[in-house]
Amino acid sequence: MSDTPLVQLKDISISFGGIKAVDHVSLDLHAGEVVGLLGHNGAGKSTLIKILSGAYKKDGGEIWIDGKRAEINSPRDARDHNIETIYQTLALADNLDAASNLFLGRELTSPMGFVDDAKMAAETAKIMARLNPNFKKLKEPVSALSGGQRQSVAIARAVYFNAKILIMDEPTAALGVHETEMVADLIKELKDQGLGIFLISHDTREMMDLCDRVSVMKNGQMVGTERVEDVTEDDILSMIILGKNPKAAA
Amino acid sequence: MSDTNTDTKASDVKREGAFAKFLRETEVDTRLLGMLAALALIWIGFHYYGLFVNGFGAFLTPRNLWNLSVQTSSIGIMATGMVLVIITRHIDLSVGSMLGFIAIIMGTVQVNILPQYLGLGHPMIWIIAIFAGLLMGTLLGAFQGWMIAYGTIPAFIVTLGGLLVWRGAGFLVARGETIAPVDATFKLLGGGPFGAIGNTGSWIIGILGCIAVLALIILGRRKRKTFGLPLRPVWAETFLAAIGAGAVIGTTLLMNAYPWPKGIIKKYAAAEGIEVPPEGIFISHGFAIPVLILIGVTIAMTILMTRTKFGRYVYAIGGNPEAAELAGINTRWMTVKIFALMGFLTGIASVVASARLGSATAALGTLDELYVIAAAVIGGTSLAGGVGTIYGAILGAIVMQSLQTGMVLIGFDAAIQQVVVGSVLVIAVFLDILYRRNSK
Ligand SMILES: Nc1ncnc2c1ncn2[C@@H]1O[C@H](COP(=O)(O)OP(=O)(O)O)[C@@H](O)[C@H]1O
Ligand SMILES: [Mg+2]
Repeated sequence: MSDTPLVQLKDISISFGGIKAVDHVSLDLHAGEVVGLLGHNGAGKSTLIKILSGAYKKDGGEIWIDGKRAEINSPRDARDHNIETIYQTLALADNLDAASNLFLGRELTSPMGFVDDAKMAAETAKIMARLNPNFKKLKEPVSALSGGQRQSVAIARAVYFNAKILIMDEPTAALGVHETEMVADLIKELKDQGLGIFLISHDTREMMDLCDRVSVMKNGQMVGTERVEDVTEDDILSMIILGKNPKAAA
Repeated sequence: MSDTNTDTKASDVKREGAFAKFLRETEVDTRLLGMLAALALIWIGFHYYGLFVNGFGAFLTPRNLWNLSVQTSSIGIMATGMVLVIITRHIDLSVGSMLGFIAIIMGTVQVNILPQYLGLGHPMIWIIAIFAGLLMGTLLGAFQGWMIAYGTIPAFIVTLGGLLVWRGAGFLVARGETIAPVDATFKLLGGGPFGAIGNTGSWIIGILGCIAVLALIILGRRKRKTFGLPLRPVWAETFLAAIGAGAVIGTTLLMNAYPWPKGIIKKYAAAEGIEVPPEGIFISHGFAIPVLILIGVTIAMTILMTRTKFGRYVYAIGGNPEAAELAGINTRWMTVKIFALMGFLTGIASVVASARLGSATAALGTLDELYVIAAAVIGGTSLAGGVGTIYGAILGAIVMQSLQTGMVLIGFDAAIQQVVVGSVLVIAVFLDILYRRNSK
């Protein structure tokens, strides 16, 4: 683990109308590290990571990548910084098939400049075989897929393009027990490859198992960030519910 | 669901009727079949109505079907663009008025402006006029798209405004006059005996068409092999090739079966110094130039929608605009481009329509927006967005034009025509909703 953090979010703020969805939040992430984000619904977790992924424009604060200040004003900017995101809503075009979704915005093209569907389908088959061996419906629109299969497509899209920074917003919400385990294994594997991962989940036990550090948000504010070996599950639960860091108070 | 249980699947196949098996193996979609059946019904219905009520079946004649092909061109060209507009959940109500306005501008350029500087009949006149028309269509469309995308004014409002503005502008520029006659070469783009490519030219097109059908089937089969997808049985491929080639050859025969009228032949013979025998000379019209333009536009638009990133993004935006945005697609700029393309195609349609008329009037294209939208929707473009095909829109355009031509032929007056066209549009959308509900 190097000294310069991969990502530094400094004093990030954004409001919608009167609501301060994210209120002066700072957080960093190192290469080979998994940082978990916890908090009630509406705490501002998705909004914070959407600022990093370029979906929202922040009102205040700075984003630093690899020790350099980064301007992220669009999803394209984020991709240029090797940031890949699995959105909570999955962000799939339901009328397109898995391959078209996986490569959306980054289509493989033939030398003539036409989209190369054969190649994209083959690549999709390859990565899906690794992530979800049961996945067979390559040529059907993703609206015909089950929740778990759709989630696999969204995960495949984030993993395929050699991300350095991976954002996963409730990636296992629609998955069964077996598939959830596969995602956990994938996270460990990617972490070993040196990726930095922001993981959002409501499953505190899973977070204790997968994350190096966890951050808790409430009402748009950062309650605290702790190394998982320094806290118990109960500590985290009380941070989520009370919005106070018991360790800081002690 | 049945893919985990091979037993039920096997018995399903056994229970399946011959027709269902035919559909499954040829992969012909039922919707396309339904549209073709509706078209056949319309054609036969009008023909026999004429035969029984007026004593003369005028619909299924080479003359009428040739005219139908020419009349479909202008609507069909615009319908291919409307598919993109509707797929991305917008609408364009301004195309008919824009067509009229562009026609006036092109008319003014080639009748009132250019002859002064270049001299009457200069070969550059029609080229400059068309260039001006296409450029104008593109710019007007882009302007509307810009207001929709960046001004966030709903497309319905922007183009409803356009419907009035462009029509009014056309009347202002023309000051109520008809601008005529258009340049002689320009006029050929509207069809007519001289604006068609004749017997030999049509057979060249027909043979190229047959080769294209075969190539598509063979390339498609080869691609499925590389995809590792199941192949159609050989009999089904052969059947589709035969149907495709048969349709192309049949159309060519039909287009060639319509001869030049006697008066034109007499004039032509006199000019060429040919002796006309007492039984007359049979000179085929063949494919009309506007029909060839429509075919060209259809091929180009199909490639655009199925083989390019642009087409992929159009479908993605229609399916989920937010997802498209998050995938890094500049959805606003795409909207500008889509409306600019719609305007460009309206420009082409305007060339065809005013060339066919031989003049430009500010009323040209009145109500075309309804026919164009109806063509796209009848052709399977979903108003909910994300779904639609170019070939469907062309079929839809043929259906709409058949209805109109048929009603004129059997002597329905304009009021009844409006009632019928309006009802068909609403019924078609309702049938579409039922179809989608059942196929889910
Ligand atoms: N696009 C938006 N427009 C208006 N309010 C929003 C928007 N996105 C998020 N919010 C608000 O911001 C707050 C935080 O939401 P969110 O980040 O989705 O929470 P979490 O992901 O922690 O459940 C909520 O009050 C939510 O209603
Ligand atoms: Mg959330």
